[in-house]
Amino acid sequence: MTAVTRSDVLRRFRRDRLALVGLIVLLGFAAMALLAPWLVDDSALSAVASLDNPTWAKPSGEFLLGTDHLGRSVAAQFIAGSRVSLFVGLMATIFTIAIGSAVGIVAGFAGKWLDATLMRFTDWFLVIPFLPLAIVLAAVLGRGIWNVIFVISITSWPSTARLVRAQVLTVRERLYVDRARALGATQLHVIRRHVLPNVAPLILASATLAVPISILTETTLSFLGLGDPTQASWGKTLEEAFQAGAISRSAWWYYLPAGVGIVTVVLAFTLFGRALEEILDPRLRDR
Amino acid sequence: MTSPHIPPMTSPKGSAEAASQAALSETLVTVRGAHVRFGAASSPVRAVDGVDLDLGRGEVLALVGESGCGKTTLIRSMIGLEPLASGSIIVDGHEVTRRARDLRTLRRTAQMIFQDPTGALNPRHTIYDAVAEGLRIHKVRGDEMVLVTSALASAGLRPAARYLGRYPHELSGGQRQRVLIAAAMALDPVVLLADEPVASLDASIRGEILALMRSFVDERGVSIIAVTHDLGLAWNIADRVAVMYLGRIVEIGPTEQVLADPQHPYTRALLSVVPETRGLDQQILQGETPDPSKIPPGCRFHPRCPLVASGEAARLGIEARCRGEDPVLTERAAAHTAACHA
Amino acid sequence: MSALELRDLSVTYRTGGGDVPAVRGVSLTIEAGDTVGLAGESGCGKSTIAGAVLRLLPSSTKVDGQVLLDGEDVYEMKPGRLRAVRWTSAAIVFQGALHSLNPVHRVGAQIAEAIRLHGSLDGRQAATRVGALLEQVGIPAARASHYPHQLSGGQRQRVLIALALACEPKLLIADEPTTALDVMVQAQVLDLLASLQRDHGLAMLFITHDLSVLTHACRRLAVMYAGRIVETGLGVDVFREPQHPYSRALAGAFPTIGDPSSRLRPTGLAGDPPDPSALPSGCPFHLRCSVAVDECRTTDVALRQLPQLGPEAAAACVHVGQR
Repeated sequence: MTAVTRSDVLRRFRRDRLALVGLIVLLGFAAMALLAPWLVDDSALSAVASLDNPTWAKPSGEFLLGTDHLGRSVAAQFIAGSRVSLFVGLMATIFTIAIGSAVGIVAGFAGKWLDATLMRFTDWFLVIPFLPLAIVLAAVLGRGIWNVIFVISITSWPSTARLVRAQVLTVRERLYVDRARALGATQLHVIRRHVLPNVAPLILASATLAVPISILTETTLSFLGLGDPTQASWGKTLEEAFQAGAISRSAWWYYLPAGVGIVTVVLAFTLFGRALEEILDPRLRDR
Repeated sequence: MTSPHIPPMTSPKGSAEAASQAALSETLVTVRGAHVRFGAASSPVRAVDGVDLDLGRGEVLALVGESGCGKTTLIRSMIGLEPLASGSIIVDGHEVTRRARDLRTLRRTAQMIFQDPTGALNPRHTIYDAVAEGLRIHKVRGDEMVLVTSALASAGLRPAARYLGRYPHELSGGQRQRVLIAAAMALDPVVLLADEPVASLDASIRGEILALMRSFVDERGVSIIAVTHDLGLAWNIADRVAVMYLGRIVEIGPTEQVLADPQHPYTRALLSVVPETRGLDQQILQGETPDPSKIPPGCRFHPRCPLVASGEAARLGIEARCRGEDPVLTERAAAHTAACHA
Repeated sequence: MSALELRDLSVTYRTGGGDVPAVRGVSLTIEAGDTVGLAGESGCGKSTIAGAVLRLLPSSTKVDGQVLLDGEDVYEMKPGRLRAVRWTSAAIVFQGALHSLNPVHRVGAQIAEAIRLHGSLDGRQAATRVGALLEQVGIPAARASHYPHQLSGGQRQRVLIALALACEPKLLIADEPTTALDVMVQAQVLDLLASLQRDHGLAMLFITHDLSVLTHACRRLAVMYAGRIVETGLGVDVFREPQHPYSRALAGAFPTIGDPSSRLRPTGLAGDPPDPSALPSGCPFHLRCSVAVDECRTTDVALRQLPQLGPEAAAACVHVGQR
């Protein structure tokens, strides 16, 4: 990827409208999550501090997205919740991709017994049922953000590992790898200069898929009450809205923002990832 | 089709070698008893099955045969890409081993050019990176930009600056092969191993590539082993021709000698199907390309041999030996040997 | 009546990047039982002609001029008539035998499919015919029950030939039929094609970049460059005494073994095949031509008859015909 300079990437992004939209949306959410402590006062999330507020208030000038059954501002919960959702999504993705890529590359490149061993190990993780594990871990370790991240990572790295290994195996057989060896290249050189750059787009693509999956999983876990009870997240908002009967009360302002937020972030990541793959592959670029 | 003379039964292999040595100023590559096997030990594919070969400095040798005859495997083993099961290969005084340090030295002394230039170039690397890769691996001293540019220019890509930032898919097949040649020659190798260097290119541009390779021999003293199925290519650039069949060299000698007066029936058959040879009756060998996992006993060529099929071998009274005895290379003329009982 | 007649055929591909003229005004006649070779580099339009004859090109492609099969214009045919004509009047042997056969069907079934699409034979008759066709191309009839991957490259190419012969076409178009094959197998396939052509009186259009193969297989040759025929003539003449500098370069790529003038002197053509979407002005060959003069940069010469080399000889070069 040496020849793809930063200005190149930016210029190509500018030409791809959808990717640009995706990128802007993501940057917006990231800014919101980072600035959340300054945008939202902790007291806005506290039921005690919100005792004076009206409950089930519709969106208005005072409460942009209305209030919930305890009189807390939904807008404040939305902003604060983005922080946890994005954090969990990103962290879980980083672990998933890091473990998956490392195992995949080592297995694909080493071959023989190491490959066989690592792949059996991967298969073993691949068949672990996700929800029971999450429930057991929550029971054993207690509920918390890091446990959520741990559960997501431990169950989703094997598919990345399989994918990366398959790609490494095909790249390894390419004639240009033979040529590099004939030029006197070491294994390390072949991995760094030929295998990684050709596997990277795939890793990137699976990362952009893993982020939304992780965010959705976090939502699921929080919705089931397995998330961190002390932190606001979009999943937890949805759970509380559901528990408080927001749906039967038609209090759409309570559950809609979190739902729309999740869908928007997931979509933005997908658009962004698709464009990134095209941009990094010189053969797809000219189209 | 009687042979000009029936050679003595005992192998004068030593004398043949001596003669070929005398003809060459200095031996650069020495192959002795090379075997390469693939697959399970119980039924191995004997890709290279006992090859002796010498290559002189500044010499071009064409290694000719059908696919599956082991010619590509043989040159790959010369640069350590296929390990030898037994035998030895010495390139410019260094024995080919599997030790990383030896391989590194070897892979500067010897360079390889591949049949499919499209596959041999990483699609994500620019032309500059492709040529600079070897220079970086071997930490060649000097201004990298100057080295890359002059390598491209000497491979006929001028002005070189126009190619540096481009990607392989933006070049034609001929240009890609020139990039690979530039990358190989940038390391100043003494021997160039070329695997079907022009087979995947349009016929019209093959000549230019071959002329380029020949110019390295004449101007820079490089030696070349060119693997090919095309005897015309041998006529065009090779000083000597070696014909391989099922892992073995069955005939070797100076190009004019071998192509004008082929001694092995397999060479004669190969020559007769080249559309542009006159005066030879076409001898199209029947059946498929032979399978190196099932090498026949006796002379490995006898199941397809026109001499055996036509009864000529029986008339000469050698048919039993064809079926039962593996022939060795015997001298037919100065520095020209063939492995045939006839 | 001619088996195939191309009258001023032009084919233009429409792509996102603009129109690409692949064939630019080609006229060519193949009489019944005649063999014509079409030679040229990749991108010269020779394979496009094969597709144009049976209307196999993408529907967006613009085709001008006429293609007459047995005197009938292919581009005026109704869809039903076109289907009937494909394979019964003209059949194609494609290059790349592995990809032209469906890997999940037995080869016999694939041949039978062609027969039954066009004929009234029942299942058993078709099976008998499949066996006969396979024997004809030198494959034991029992192989009909094999799948393509169980056959060697040469055998697959033979199956494709049997497939092309299934409906007894009058014209056989062979598009690089031997390119991917080994020398000896290539010789076998060429030998087979030649004997089939003789026995059945087939007209044959043989397309390849390998001029040396064509001189053996074809009576007449046409050399294409940048979408045009630049030289035609008897095969041997074009190879031995090429008139157009491009044909000379093509012929030079195949040295005569034993000829001292080519010994250690490979000759080829400098430069690369032209990009059909951006052809040079004047004679499209002038940039690579060793004998180009000023006139070549502006004038594209039409084919000029060369009566001294026979009624069919012509070349498109300023240096011929006007001496």
